[in-house]
Amino acid sequence: MSNLLMKDVSFSYSDGFALHHINLEVGAAEMVALLGPNGSGKTTLLKLAAGVLTPRWGEMLLGGISLRELSRKEIAQRIAVVPQYFNIPFAFSVEEVVVLGRTPFIRTLSGETERDYLVAKLALELTGMESFKARPFNELSGGERQKVILAMALAQEPRLLLLDEPTAHLDINHQVEILGLVKALNRQNKVTVIGATHDLNLAALYFDRIVLLKEGQIFADGTPSQVITSDIIQQVFSASVEVSQHPSAAVPQIVVLPEERRNYES
Amino acid sequence: MKSRRKTVFVLVLLVGILFGAMLLSTAIGAVHVSPLSILKMGLNKLHIAHFDPSWREADEAIIFQLRLPCVVGAALVGAALAVAGSLFQGLLRNPLADPYLIGTSSGALFGVTIAMIFLPATLSFSGFGIASIVAFLGALGAVFLVYTLARIGGRTHVVTLILAGVAVNFLLTAISWFLLDVVGELHQKASAVYGFLWGQIMGIDWNQIVVLAPIIFLGLILARLFASHLNAFSLGEEGAAYVGVNVERDKMLILALGAFLTACAVCIAGLIGFVGLIIPHALRLIFGPDNRLLLSASALAGASFLVLAHLVARTILAPEMLRLGILTALIGGPVFLYLLIRYRREYAF
Repeated sequence: MSNLLMKDVSFSYSDGFALHHINLEVGAAEMVALLGPNGSGKTTLLKLAAGVLTPRWGEMLLGGISLRELSRKEIAQRIAVVPQYFNIPFAFSVEEVVVLGRTPFIRTLSGETERDYLVAKLALELTGMESFKARPFNELSGGERQKVILAMALAQEPRLLLLDEPTAHLDINHQVEILGLVKALNRQNKVTVIGATHDLNLAALYFDRIVLLKEGQIFADGTPSQVITSDIIQQVFSASVEVSQHPSAAVPQIVVLPEERRNYES
Repeated sequence: MKSRRKTVFVLVLLVGILFGAMLLSTAIGAVHVSPLSILKMGLNKLHIAHFDPSWREADEAIIFQLRLPCVVGAALVGAALAVAGSLFQGLLRNPLADPYLIGTSSGALFGVTIAMIFLPATLSFSGFGIASIVAFLGALGAVFLVYTLARIGGRTHVVTLILAGVAVNFLLTAISWFLLDVVGELHQKASAVYGFLWGQIMGIDWNQIVVLAPIIFLGLILARLFASHLNAFSLGEEGAAYVGVNVERDKMLILALGAFLTACAVCIAGLIGFVGLIIPHALRLIFGPDNRLLLSASALAGASFLVLAHLVARTILAPEMLRLGILTALIGGPVFLYLLIRYRREYAF
């Protein structure tokens, strides 16, 4: 059964940037990477999927239900988003931030229940942040913050997890740790994942499917081996790369060829 | 749950402080009556007990007809301003936001000016002078104007809102003083407006309390219901949407609620600065930013603060009365600076 279905979706901002005729079907428990140059529409596509932008044309279905028919609260009970970073202006504790993930489930009059705290606690354990729960969120390092935000997203018990370059500002060990966590969730809890990223090698290594965007359209869609070829990368990124096999996993990895060598060869 | 125990403890403590402050403030004045006697009077009035009066009948009238309504009024104003401040600081994600930021103060000033100049001063409705009523309407009207000006394509951006608030504040303040300048009888009217600008709680009777107390209580309870969503707003508007908050609707309701509470306070006491800024600010530093505790604590601490400020204002220069707004600024300023220095680290976000 498909989890997210985008049928001929188009969208445009007032400044002219647009997404055109996006047809995308993401099945339950799939793990899909969104790749593409800056400004190719990755974030816009994620915001459409998250329901914070509404398509001008086309239809979006979430588990068979039109996204338009769901309230903001109902969407948040199904979809969680991890952005590049959150700036939280007050000294909320890590636990308080994770409990914010329960917001769509909290009834106005009764407040948080035992179950809300239990789910938040499990999310903290899952991300290995339990020992940080009393610490102020805005005193943590970038990598720790992203793990807390991931825990907050997990506290929403989402069926669909959207990641907007969640590791963009992190060093390599945190990138690997977060992607590893996401993959474990995808495999064990059957959470569908759609993640935008700039790192082609990590995308090939951690995601099962890659959707490549160029100028607001889907340029290629398939397994890492199908999408990451030197030909396609050249056409989308205008960069010369050499594609080789990962030494231990059966996925492609790229090596960038420097400008000089390119000129020399051509 | 540790946090729930902490919440209960803090709130019980603050209720105790408020009760003590109100008792003390009712006891002290030109006529001193011991707090114990006041408690006995109260229990007699409520028919809970019957104590033989050890006080003069005149004292009882002073306590219940003159002093207590003012003390209750001060508590209501303090609670309303502190909660409005908490709402605005949380919503605008700005610890420097105060209840007057988005137009209420100048709207009320404009209302008072219009009332002073154009309407007969003797007009009144259910115990409220015409100036109070027009101030109330002016405060709400100015916020509505600011909100409408800041609204573009179905969305109201926070920065636009603050800028529109600043602009409208300047404009309405200028128009008010211009009117006072050009219309005759300047001295008499300007000094009345000046009194309003610095706030005062005097001459309040039970008729006014009976009208305003239920309205303010309702506002405080509604504000508390927004606590979870207000917490979500600390993620920013997009983050709040991701966790299920209907951002534009909630923003409008929270602004309306804050403006309404502020207008109620203005209606009783004129403009009293610093309470709405410093009480939520200080409580957030002490107890943390969780609005589920902060909103209730703000109501209680704001009430206590203003009851005590009112006590000092009317006793320190007795029989003269110091303007309440001047006193809150005189106390609030140094306290604010102390917090700033003590918690410097917390501001580094």
